[in-house]
Amino acid sequence: MPKATPLNAIHREAGARMVDFGGWDMPVHYGSQVEEHHAVRRDAGVFDVSHMRVVDVEGAGAREFLRFALANDVARLTTPGKALYSCLLNDTGGVVDDLIVYFFRDDLFRLVVNAGTAETDIQWLHSLNALAGHGVSITPREELALVAVQGPNARETLWKAFSETRPGSEGLAPFSAARMGDIMVARTGYTGEDGFEVVCPAEDAVSIWNGLVAAGARPCGLGARDTLRLEAGMNLYGQDMDTATSPLDAGLAWTVDLKTPRPFFGRKALENRPQAHDFLGLALLDKGGVLRAHQKVKAGDGEGEITSGTFSPTLGFSIALARLPRGTAPGAVVQVAVRDKELAARVVKPPFVRNGRSLL
Amino acid sequence: MNVPQDLKYTASHEWVRREADGSLVVGITDHAQEQLGDMVFVETPKPGRKVAPGEAVGVVESVKAASDFYAPVAGEVLAGNEEVAGSPEKVNADAYGCWLFRMKPDNVADLDTLLDAAAYEKLADD
Repeated sequence: MPKATPLNAIHREAGARMVDFGGWDMPVHYGSQVEEHHAVRRDAGVFDVSHMRVVDVEGAGAREFLRFALANDVARLTTPGKALYSCLLNDTGGVVDDLIVYFFRDDLFRLVVNAGTAETDIQWLHSLNALAGHGVSITPREELALVAVQGPNARETLWKAFSETRPGSEGLAPFSAARMGDIMVARTGYTGEDGFEVVCPAEDAVSIWNGLVAAGARPCGLGARDTLRLEAGMNLYGQDMDTATSPLDAGLAWTVDLKTPRPFFGRKALENRPQAHDFLGLALLDKGGVLRAHQKVKAGDGEGEITSGTFSPTLGFSIALARLPRGTAPGAVVQVAVRDKELAARVVKPPFVRNGRSLL
Repeated sequence: MNVPQDLKYTASHEWVRREADGSLVVGITDHAQEQLGDMVFVETPKPGRKVAPGEAVGVVESVKAASDFYAPVAGEVLAGNEEVAGSPEKVNADAYGCWLFRMKPDNVADLDTLLDAAAYEKLADD
C-alpha cells in the first residue's frame, strides 16, 4: 500500500490520475499534463511534494558533520536561510541521493531529500554520523508537508493567498529560505521558474493548498513536474544518476568541491574514478518519435545513452539529457536509436528553458 | 467510461468500425488515450502492408510514454490517417472520431473474434 500525503483526498476529489511514486500515492496530472506545464511557464502552478522528506541535522558539530557527509561544502552557507544543492556519495563515489541543505544556525541545518531514497539516506547519515563522531542528532520530520508554488506569478499568488507571508518572504534571494513560526518558505523549486517551496505542518497542508488554488494557482502533477525539470536541465535521481553513477558523469561536477582539501565521504573514490562521460542535452532534429530514457546515442565513434527524455511542451519538440562520449561538444549532431529508426539530434548545453524562455 | 455500442474492440484497446464499403477503420479507445495522456506523436502504417491479427502496425506517443497499436484481424492496410499524424492531440479530444488506419480484412467473419462494447468495458475496468 503506497503512503498518502495530507493532500491525497484533495487530489482524488479533483479527479487526478494517481500513481505510485517512490512508495507514495501521487497525482500524475489532473486532466492535461501539457496544460499544467504551460500554467507554470506562464502563470502559476501548485505541486504537492510532501513525499519528499525533511531531515533536520542538529548539534554543535552539525556543520562539521555535513562538511564530511556532503560532496558540496556547507562552509559556503554563511547567511541563515541560505540553501545549497549537494550529492550524498557512497564509498565508490556513486550518488546515494541528491538533496538541498538549508542553513539555519551553526547547530541546525535542514535537508530535503527524495521520497524513494529517504529511508536509505537516513540510515546512511546515521552511519556517517557514527564514523565522523560529531554526535549530531538526525531527525526525520515526517509530520511536515511540502507544497511548491511555481511560475512567474507564483510569489504574488502566495502573498495574495496568505498576506502574512509577504514581509518575511519578499526579500528572499533565490535559493534561500525564511522560517515563520512553524512554516518555512524557500525561494527554490524544480521547474526553472521563480517561486516558493513551503514546508508546513501536515495539518496545515490542505488550507495552504486550497488558499493557493483559490488565489489562481493551477494544481499540477508529477507529469508536468518532470517535463518542467527536464526543460530546466535539472537531474532526476534514479534516472539521471544513481548509486552506480559518479556525479562527474551526471553533469554535477559543479556541486562537488574538489578544489579545497576537505576530506568528504566518497572523495577518494571520486579521485580514483576519472570522468567517463560528458552529460549534455539533446534536441531532436528529425520527426519520428520522442527521445526517451535508455535509447542509445551514436556520437562520432563513441556511444552514449539517454537518461531522461520527453516531448518539451514549451519548445514543441523532443529533448533529452544524455551521457555522451568524452569530448562531445554542444553543436554536434548525433544519431539516436528510436525503435527501428535512427533520428538526428543536436547536442546542446542544458538548460533548455528558463523563466519561460527557450535558451536554445 | 466512453465505449460506444456500435463499435468492436480489442483487448489491446483498439476500436474497430466496419464501413459501408467493407473496409475497417481502427483507432485507440478513449480509455487508452486517457491512460496515455497528452499525445505528441502518431506513426501510422503504410498502404499495401499485409498484417496479421495482433501485429504491431504503428505507434502513439504521449508526453509520458510510447505505445504500439495493433491490427485487429488479418488483412491489408489501405491507408494511415495523415491528418492525425500531423495533429496527434486530436486523439485526446476525440478518440472515436480519429481513426489511425484503414484496412481491408481478409475475412469478414474474423470480426466476430473481437469484443463488443460490454466485454471491452468489463476488460478496461479491471
